[in-house]
Amino acid sequence: MAMTVFWCVMAAASVICGLVTGQMAQVSAAVAEGAQSGVTLCLSMAGMLCLWNGVLEVLRRSGLVDGLRALLLPVLRRLYVDFQTDRAVLNAVSANVAANLLGLGNAATPFGIQAAQGMARRYGGTAGAGLCLLVVCNTASIQLLPTTVAALRSGAGCATPLDILPAVWLTSAASLTAGILAARLLERVWP
Amino acid sequence: MSDLLVPLLLGGAAIFAAARRVDVFDALCTGASEGLSLLRKICPNLIALLTAVSMLRASGALDLLARALAPALGWLGLPPELLPLMLIRPFSGSGALGVGAELIAAYGPDSYLGRTAAVMLGSTETTFYTVAVYFGAVGVKRSRYAIPAALCADMTGFLVSAWSVKLLFRG
Repeated sequence: MAMTVFWCVMAAASVICGLVTGQMAQVSAAVAEGAQSGVTLCLSMAGMLCLWNGVLEVLRRSGLVDGLRALLLPVLRRLYVDFQTDRAVLNAVSANVAANLLGLGNAATPFGIQAAQGMARRYGGTAGAGLCLLVVCNTASIQLLPTTVAALRSGAGCATPLDILPAVWLTSAASLTAGILAARLLERVWP
Repeated sequence: MSDLLVPLLLGGAAIFAAARRVDVFDALCTGASEGLSLLRKICPNLIALLTAVSMLRASGALDLLARALAPALGWLGLPPELLPLMLIRPFSGSGALGVGAELIAAYGPDSYLGRTAAVMLGSTETTFYTVAVYFGAVGVKRSRYAIPAALCADMTGFLVSAWSVKLLFRG
């Protein structure tokens, strides 16, 4: 629904603005160019996108999620204080974070939901601190290799699509920290 | 360094997986085929959004919006040209990809704006969708402070994207 509003506002604004500024000819040309560039873009990023997806599948099958999960467990135990002794929830949370780090969104969601269900049981169906933290952490992106964006950049003719990695890591870390801090602060004042 | 990164990642992943007795070629092809279905899913979105954003740009509305908001956003260090991306990011993943793709194509992938758009895309998530999936799955109706805290993370992500690209690329 949000997308319908967004798209209609964009289309209406272009038509009105085009009429007012007398640039209707350019707007008309932009329709054809825009639609075609959607397809061109898809094709030009297809190779790298598929290749990266393949590499991620190779990493997934080699058991990297499990290895990472074990590494993350001690850190997450400190973060999710309500569940320090709940082995099942902590395991699911760490598998969720491990899969997110590797960019395996499809694998991360089932682990995350499993963790959320375990937490909701303890909280009796309310949004307790741990559950909110889990959701906030999943709305922040912690993917180490942003493969779709990299494919997008190489499709646009970029020779070094991964040169943004340090900036992405810095930004992800800052954004995740802000989310966790905000959750901790709001937890005290929000009924 | 970035010349080495991709080949090393590919080679490293292949050798690591082969040593753990993974059928590397089969995994590679399975993943790639999932990539194709992902493309098949995002292609219609990209067509619709690139059309709309191209129209918006050609009509001059995008320039107008950027100029009107330049003082407020500029004070925060946020490029006003990227406002459409920041607005759509929390609502739709493929929508953000479409808008981001148009911006990257319009300004160039190695420009300050193109890089910042890419960093924003790569370091934030589809907040509202994620919140709906998780709270929906456990049947919790009142999400309390989850959305404000998540939006706080998004806003930080946008600001730090703009600042870090400026810092790291001296753009």
